[in-house]
Amino acid sequence: MTSSDVPRGHHDMGGLPAGAVEPSEHDYALWEKRVDALMMLLSRKDRQLLTVDELRRNIESLGPEAYDEMTYYERWIYAITQTLIQRGVITVDELGRKIEAVKTREAQRA
Amino acid sequence: MPDAVAPRFQIGDRVKVREAYPIGHVRTPYYVRGKRGVIERVCGAFPNPEELAYAREGRPAQPLYRVRFLQRELWTDYAGQPVDVVEVEIYQHWLEAEGPQP
Repeated sequence: MTSSDVPRGHHDMGGLPAGAVEPSEHDYALWEKRVDALMMLLSRKDRQLLTVDELRRNIESLGPEAYDEMTYYERWIYAITQTLIQRGVITVDELGRKIEAVKTREAQRA
Repeated sequence: MPDAVAPRFQIGDRVKVREAYPIGHVRTPYYVRGKRGVIERVCGAFPNPEELAYAREGRPAQPLYRVRFLQRELWTDYAGQPVDVVEVEIYQHWLEAEGPQP
């Protein structure tokens, strides 16, 4: 590799020093199951609003800190949202307004 | 298969992974670039994920191979058995023929 080459992506960590693997059980939260469902529905052959390859590219574009701090399904929902914006399925404005509306709704419920 | 690049390698062929570091979505892990291995199997041909990642068709499909590397070829300080291997699936456009030609 020379100085003109693109440096190794943070996600491309195969072979780098790492701690021991600590297996643990994990129950999926409802929102995590919904992320999985969203991905299945959006990538279906008859719909094809995203590909797993686009999701991977968007996950890889996360900064190293965000990549390490976000959980598995947080990374997926980030990538799904990015892809839908890039594809023009939703707009940034729609997204911002919807998040605002949901926050207001939740605050009223509390 | 129509709309697919013809396979250039077969089982047992010696190959070298291209030592390239492009920007973009790449499926060839960093740690095998520039390394030598042997074709373990031909997996078929698939739309190129480097194109699919940008919402393009990825055609013609690229042949995909499972390539077997010696661990000691990948890691200079490898402390395990000298016969230990790792197998990585790599698309044809990342592979070059290596070693004596038949």
